[in-house]
Amino acid sequence: MKVLYFAWLRQRTGVGEETVSPPPSVRNVAELVEWLRTRGPGHAEALQDLSAIRVAVNQEFATVDAAVAPGDEIALFPPMTGG
Amino acid sequence: MAVRVQREDFDPGLEIQALTAGDTSIGGVASFIGLVRDMAGGDSAGAMTLEHYPGMTEKMLGEIEAEARRRWPLQASLIVHRYGRLEPGDRIVLVVTASAHRAAALEACHFLIDWLKTKAPFWKLEETGGGDARWVDARSGDDAATERWSQPRRKDAAE
Repeated sequence: MKVLYFAWLRQRTGVGEETVSPPPSVRNVAELVEWLRTRGPGHAEALQDLSAIRVAVNQEFATVDAAVAPGDEIALFPPMTGG
Repeated sequence: MAVRVQREDFDPGLEIQALTAGDTSIGGVASFIGLVRDMAGGDSAGAMTLEHYPGMTEKMLGEIEAEARRRWPLQASLIVHRYGRLEPGDRIVLVVTASAHRAAALEACHFLIDWLKTKAPFWKLEETGGGDARWVDARSGDDAATERWSQPRRKDAAE
């Protein structure tokens, strides 16, 4: 499973992209984020407030209860500010 | 029907000319050009860096454009969005819509820029001087502007 971080999530975790293999108990985005927090202090800080994070699963916007599976591309980012 | 995400600047006149050339059924062209506004008050700061999600950005812009074409009878449309470091006064985004009549072109252009602000994965990092920078917060006014278009308009309203 590939996890992408953008904007301040990328800065705080210190990575733009990482390949992870969470345990089978991780079935949705919220559970994935909880598991990712244990990867280090940067991850714990970046991911502490789930309500501040927006999600895309395989490049489609998703909610935190969306299912995740091996092979998926999960992106975590703050609300968007384009235009 | 085109979407481009690029680091380079664009020439609005040339883009409009290229988009509409050869289609004499077009009676009206609307465009929106977004510029970097100087938020630092003339300070040397005020530049920003736009980050995006390559792949998803193009996909979302394409979906937003397709939605506009479902709602309005457009002969042609174009979205160009830049990324990378931009200075105050620089162009960020171009939206062009062309239709037989002005109402469809104007409404579709307005719709596209409103939707793009909340649905395309871009993030602005603003330089605040002294080597510092901060991520720009999303504005609730942008969500309201998007929400305004949640009811699809009737296509024939523009005829």
